[in-house]
Amino acid sequence: MFYRENGQLKTSYQADQQIFPIAQDRWAIIGLVLFAIVAVPLLANEYTFSAILIPFLILSLAALGVNILVGYCGQISMGSGAFMAVGAYAAYNTLVRIDGMPLLLALLSGGFFATVVGMFFGIPSLRVKGLYLAVATLAAQFLSDWAFLRVPWFTNNSTSGSVMVSELQMFSWRIDTAVEKYLFCLGFLIVFAVLAKNLVRSAIGREWMAVRDMDVAAAVIGIRITYAKLSAFAVSSFIIGVAGALWGFVHLGAWEPAAFGLDRSFQLLFIVIIGGMGSIMGSFFGAAFIVILPIVLSQTLPALGNLVGFEVSTAAISHAEFMIFGALIVWFLIVEPHGLAKLWSTGKQKLRLWPFPH
Amino acid sequence: MSYINPVNCADRPAGAFLAPQEAGQTKKIGDVILDVRNISLRFGGVKALTDISFDVREHEVRSIIGPNGAGKSSMLNCINGVYAQQEGSITFRGRTFKHMNSRAVAEMGIARTFQNLALFKGMSVIENIMTGRNLFMKSNLLLQALRLGPAGREEVRHREFVEHIVDFLEIQQHRSTPVGQLPYGLQKRVDLGRALAMEPKMLLLDEPMAGMNVEEKQDMCRFILDINDEFGTTVVLIEHDMGVVMDISDRVVVLDYGKKIGDGTPDEVRNNEDVINAYLGNSH
Repeated sequence: MFYRENGQLKTSYQADQQIFPIAQDRWAIIGLVLFAIVAVPLLANEYTFSAILIPFLILSLAALGVNILVGYCGQISMGSGAFMAVGAYAAYNTLVRIDGMPLLLALLSGGFFATVVGMFFGIPSLRVKGLYLAVATLAAQFLSDWAFLRVPWFTNNSTSGSVMVSELQMFSWRIDTAVEKYLFCLGFLIVFAVLAKNLVRSAIGREWMAVRDMDVAAAVIGIRITYAKLSAFAVSSFIIGVAGALWGFVHLGAWEPAAFGLDRSFQLLFIVIIGGMGSIMGSFFGAAFIVILPIVLSQTLPALGNLVGFEVSTAAISHAEFMIFGALIVWFLIVEPHGLAKLWSTGKQKLRLWPFPH
Repeated sequence: MSYINPVNCADRPAGAFLAPQEAGQTKKIGDVILDVRNISLRFGGVKALTDISFDVREHEVRSIIGPNGAGKSSMLNCINGVYAQQEGSITFRGRTFKHMNSRAVAEMGIARTFQNLALFKGMSVIENIMTGRNLFMKSNLLLQALRLGPAGREEVRHREFVEHIVDFLEIQQHRSTPVGQLPYGLQKRVDLGRALAMEPKMLLLDEPMAGMNVEEKQDMCRFILDINDEFGTTVVLIEHDMGVVMDISDRVVVLDYGKKIGDGTPDEVRNNEDVINAYLGNSH
């Protein structure tokens, strides 16, 4: 009823090619962004920021990167955790080794080094596909686990093996409260989301999807498969690297290689599968789901247990979490392989007609 | 018909391509544009093609026919650079190649449709056809990410071109439908549209009418003849429908078991003893 596009006629291709061609969508997203920037800092408390919102923002950013590679270009990668680690450690090293290195530049250098490593581990994708590629990228994960644990140079010879970034300062802005950290991450996420969306709706995005959908036809119409695949690895690892640097610098503050283990790679892959492969929006849905579900479960399960007179231990909750995750992933793969984003767009289609049946 | 409003593309002068021929001019078959010499292709011990030679003249409709498994699609795959033949060479517009490279082939202006639909399933009709324009899009990754200056203008310009193809193929109402949801006949049209978006000098059509009903076949024939007549695009056609082949071809090549058994005008081929045997069998 209120979601109608009647009368919104496009008179130029430019107007037709907007990210949100429907006016209501445009207003909704502007409202949402304003809400996130203005209202959320006023409403949320310290705990919400550090336990929910900041992890959500950074994981969304990382998932955006994974989605470009896995969802848009169809190259399954299990090395996302490794690329995050490279981003975090490279950013750390540029920050501590170069005097007067600005924070922003250090974070971006994390992305740059992740790009280099990502492209290197993307080389097998030129010969192998699917599961074989997944196994090949797993090598990145093992290598990074080993390197950041065993090579003291990367951790600046720290004796404990963990590294720490004590204070964050961008220009004259000291980022130390939770609100400031939240806004800092939000800024990154908004910028990268817009850039990623622009890429996937441009020529390069079509090349990625063409390679994903039918690589022989893509080659015949003149798409360079090598370029398409490696550029997907490059762009994806850059974003993942920046997300990794933020995860270390802003969310954790001090970290060990275990923070970017194989679990992280799987988590990001789950986010993309649950959120929606080949959808920018899906990355946000998936990340929100993965961050919020454990919290919801830890709140509701004990209450549910009490109802039936059964004491639920914290261990049981974390086990239940895994089981529910597993079940949901199986469910999504069977019922809706395009994830929450697809459900969202189906819902929007229905809303266009509502309340009429046809 | 005002089909294509020529877009200035990279190295080609505007309008040189797919621009209608001068009014009143009847189709004129030109010189040899593609010359295939002694191609042999093996997969392990299987001989897919043995010593095939034929040529294609500019502006003509050249058909390749033969029973299933005769090597017709393999022949196109060699021309496209999907397969690399062991022996023989291919000459296109004066340049001779031992092996073709897919990218170079596309740049030289050879486009192709596929026997079993090879559309990009996750994309809409417009996006599929736009992919055919990617060859002409030169702006770099950073500009595309920012969608600044040339990158944004390029999208609009090529979109305009694609809209002409959409009009030509009469698929306006399916513009933003995901291709997977279209009926088979329309998917074939989108496949043709994607090839046309490359502004080809030569169009390789691999069974464009397979599995269609009579009306759909007529539509497809009309499109092929329009492309050939009005824009002078050379067409190489693989087709099983003999009525269509004999009607619209200028010359026909016949393959059987990877060997060439006939070559000539439809009438010559029709009366060729070997061809009749291949299709109808020998009387023993």
